[in-house]
Amino acid sequence: MSDITPDLVRHLGVLARIQLSDEEVTSLTGELDAIVASIAQVSEVATSDVPATSHPIPLENVFREDIPGDMLTTDEALRNAPDSDGTRFRVTAILGEEQ
Amino acid sequence: MSDLTKLTAAELAASLASGEVSSVEATEAHLERIRAVDGDVHAFLHVNDAAIDVARGIDERRGAGEQLPELAGVPLAIKDVLVTTDMPSTSGSKILEGYMSPYDATVVQKAREAGLVALGKTNMDEFAMGSSTEHSAYGPTRNPWDLDRIPGGSGGGSAAAVAAFEAPLALGSDTGGSIRQPAHVTGTVGVKPTYGAVSRYGSIALASSLDQIGPVARTVLDAGLLHDVIGGHDPHDATSLAHDWPSFAAAAREGATGEVLKGLRVGVVRELTGTGFQASVEESFRASVALLEAHGAEVVEISAPHFEYATAAYYLILPAEASSNLAKFDSVRFGMRVEVPGGTVEDVMSATRDAGFGPEVKRRIILGTYALSAGYYDAYYGSAQKVRTLIQRDFADAFDKVDVIATPSAPTTAFRLGEKLDDPLAMYANDLATIPANLAGVPGISVPSGLASDDGLPVGIQFLAPAYEDARLYRVSAALEALLVDEWGAPLLDRAPVLNGEAR
Amino acid sequence: MAATLMDFDAALEKYEPVIGLEVHVELNTRTKMFSAAGNPANEEFHGAEPNTLIAPVDLGLPGSMPVVNREAVVSSISLGLALGCSIAPSSRFARKNYFYPDLGKNYQISQYDEPIAFEGSVEVELADGTRFDIPIERAHMEEDAGKLTHVGGSAGRIQGASSSLVDYNRAGVPLVEIVTKPIFGAEHRAPELAKAYLGTIRDIARSLGISEARMERGNVRCDANVSLRPRGSETLGTRTETKNVNSMRSVERAVRYEIRRQAAILEQGGTITQETRHWHEDTGETSPGRPKSDADDYRYFPEPDLLPVAPSAELIEELRAKLPEAPAAKRRRLKQEWGFTDLEFQDVANGGLTDAVEQTVAAGATPAAARKWWTGEITRIANADSREPADLVSPAHVAELQQLVDAGTLTDKLARQVLEGVIAGEGSPQEVVDARGLAVVSDDGALIAAIDEALAAQPDVLEKIRGGKVQAAGAIIGAVMKAMKGQADAARVRELILERAQS
Ligand SMILES: [Mg+2]
Ligand SMILES: [Zn+2]
Repeated sequence: MSDITPDLVRHLGVLARIQLSDEEVTSLTGELDAIVASIAQVSEVATSDVPATSHPIPLENVFREDIPGDMLTTDEALRNAPDSDGTRFRVTAILGEEQ
Repeated sequence: MSDLTKLTAAELAASLASGEVSSVEATEAHLERIRAVDGDVHAFLHVNDAAIDVARGIDERRGAGEQLPELAGVPLAIKDVLVTTDMPSTSGSKILEGYMSPYDATVVQKAREAGLVALGKTNMDEFAMGSSTEHSAYGPTRNPWDLDRIPGGSGGGSAAAVAAFEAPLALGSDTGGSIRQPAHVTGTVGVKPTYGAVSRYGSIALASSLDQIGPVARTVLDAGLLHDVIGGHDPHDATSLAHDWPSFAAAAREGATGEVLKGLRVGVVRELTGTGFQASVEESFRASVALLEAHGAEVVEISAPHFEYATAAYYLILPAEASSNLAKFDSVRFGMRVEVPGGTVEDVMSATRDAGFGPEVKRRIILGTYALSAGYYDAYYGSAQKVRTLIQRDFADAFDKVDVIATPSAPTTAFRLGEKLDDPLAMYANDLATIPANLAGVPGISVPSGLASDDGLPVGIQFLAPAYEDARLYRVSAALEALLVDEWGAPLLDRAPVLNGEAR
Repeated sequence: MAATLMDFDAALEKYEPVIGLEVHVELNTRTKMFSAAGNPANEEFHGAEPNTLIAPVDLGLPGSMPVVNREAVVSSISLGLALGCSIAPSSRFARKNYFYPDLGKNYQISQYDEPIAFEGSVEVELADGTRFDIPIERAHMEEDAGKLTHVGGSAGRIQGASSSLVDYNRAGVPLVEIVTKPIFGAEHRAPELAKAYLGTIRDIARSLGISEARMERGNVRCDANVSLRPRGSETLGTRTETKNVNSMRSVERAVRYEIRRQAAILEQGGTITQETRHWHEDTGETSPGRPKSDADDYRYFPEPDLLPVAPSAELIEELRAKLPEAPAAKRRRLKQEWGFTDLEFQDVANGGLTDAVEQTVAAGATPAAARKWWTGEITRIANADSREPADLVSPAHVAELQQLVDAGTLTDKLARQVLEGVIAGEGSPQEVVDARGLAVVSDDGALIAAIDEALAAQPDVLEKIRGGKVQAAGAIIGAVMKAMKGQADAARVRELILERAQS
């Protein structure tokens, strides 16, 4: 059994910025519980002597030279923006009224 | 004139080079085919209005005596995971509906430079999460072999487009099998190159350490021709390999002679046989392996004890990386925005992401957020990264003994639309044979091995090779392809049912 | 609502302050940390229009990928070495995940468990010459976020704003974040030490040439951690982190404020809330930051799009060999060479004028004259225009200006006018003197004529001078200087007046 609870799912929704409905929380709790139960087996073989692999092909020191290029115009940057003032992206208030 | 859509890319390229056929004719023939059958198949999300103009440009350059690359003038379908400046790029998601990229993905740019004519963007599971293309926000793609069945996923659109003769070539992306499993269920060829062999720049990231772009085609040679165009180092992708790759088309041509099979050591994975595999899939696989053996290959049983943990590790690493990669879809700079009267920007982001993402995407984001959370990282994400090491060791041990590994490409033939939609775990099990290659970064190919004896649907065989040895895959699978087509008397797709009353 | 504060000395009697400082230094590479877009923290791109220094990855556009700037890595290693740190044989980037509109990808690429530099020590000298070794925990590479402008609230504050505008030019600017270990033993000098440390980091960055290091532009930014523990206690108290205290004066004030505020709470039996706080320059207070629900869970994981950074031992040694003299050592040396008092030297050092004075001395001025110009008139003009003194005029021109004064060509007053001309771009001091005709009138004939005229106009004054009241000459000097439009040497005028009065 995993420790997936509706409260945890709701908290994960906040962290992930997804406004989950109660129905979604309920169904996700059940689904995640089953999925987590089936994938938790990774810890069986992941002993401390096994190093982690983050990149399938090991490379290092891949750098770019410090030469300007590849810039977007403001129009290109704003082309897909839901809202802007013509030069900057506009978002609604960051803080709520109580803050 | 014969139906231009039935030609392989290599044949079409030859006709274009000789002047027998123009790119406008070839492109028009494919657009006509799309008009005729795509209402049923729904492989395309967007068809390129400018395709004929691009084709005309190629014809003019050829007419002016310019020496063009081999595939110049050949039409190409592009998976919607790749960003394009002239067509919307949605990755199958509502949250990106109408998104126009200010830049082209590197592989798209390379394809354009090689004179390939972009026909349109193909359907896919939303953000490439799925094995059936049913998770597309724009409706499922159907399998040309049976319109009630799935075309595989996430790249069902690219595979179906090629299988339905709507395009001779397509681009796909493979994170856990999204090129190879659709190839398997549609009777086509799909290649996941070595991680880093093809640039990921401009591919809307699902899981960065697993994603790889590759060719989708009807023949091994065609896949090699496209791979030659899109492969190679890209300074925009830090994980791109600076390696001197051989020609994969040349490897395919060389392999077709069959010489390569003499003394070739083919590994069959003990842990990937038996349970979980449809009997007819395994039967087709065994027959292909026997055919290889009959032509000089040595079949060796190998053990990969950690493959059984691969799917679990994959469903930790993928959601974790995806939860971070998909955070950029927040309504601020691009994409959908759901207004929340009186709400804060946090409310707007949360409402947008709720409305813009489908259930599978939400499921994986929440799962990935969980796997990375404080207190869970070591048990889940950290452990999965260790399993990755163990799987790489399994491959290293295996490739000490064999030149290539052969597996069935997927456990079953194409299942019915809707059959596994409500059972994520059953859906995830589809990728058990393809996932190890993504975790280890090694290349893999799926080529048709025949039709299943029980349901008559296509089956694919997968070959895996050590990292950097992509050419070996082309040689071996071209050899098998030649033997099988010889045995069948015609390409497998000639046996696909007629779509929409069109004459075959 | 102002917090209750305890008297600073009383607070120190009962509690021991422990501080920790996190300083972000913006590197001045030409391009950003992970993209080829121009870097606004480099003079070349400073002041660009909003959203014009943008590559796809700075906006988190679909499909975009980061690639590490080699120069930023080299700068980071140099900075790490200058901080006395060990350089990691292999370090890597990690994603720090949190949603905020100024963060294009909604994760910051930073370093987490494997920073490029770790375990160092920086020598800091207070105004009276007391030295402290500040222990450095780590220095890591990361990217800056974009800039938010809040609209519809008062004074551009986030509180009460109806919307915010985002400029991503700053997103992706290369940063090195330098984190100290807890600093014990500073006692009542903790505020002053915080200030001196920040100045030292700025000087180190500047001496390495890796940052414009202008605090007023946010090139060097400081977060100050403060905690108190009762005298005799071994355990650390709960700390607060005051964000973005971006001037030396502010960090001193903020640390002092937090010590007094926390002491007052502890005195009343209260507990300190672990939180981030904002510094308000206008009121000199800190206030609680917005409680971030996800601030405690950044879900760090290795950045899969980037590879480990593994500098060779040769590169590290090459960079070590190129390190300039440490600012603290250099200050000690210069202070002695120049013969300045503690106060005089602090004036120069805190103003970030050490290099300017040094170069002016090298160009031929005396240390005293160089100091006078840089900390005086040039700083005054710079402050009035919110500019950097060193941007206004070159050390060579300052030295030339002083030579003109020493030669008697210019009076101090005229020299200030010439300085204005030089700053206005009218040329070298000599060129300004020529163009504006500002040289001292050294032709005695013209002066004598003016003096005779003035004496004739004020016969009563003439009488007084003749009667031995030499100080009465002042009135005549004034009149002559006025007639000469200030372009006369007052001492010479005085001499001549006395001569003419006796004749
Ligand atoms: Mg909902
Ligand atoms: Zn930082």
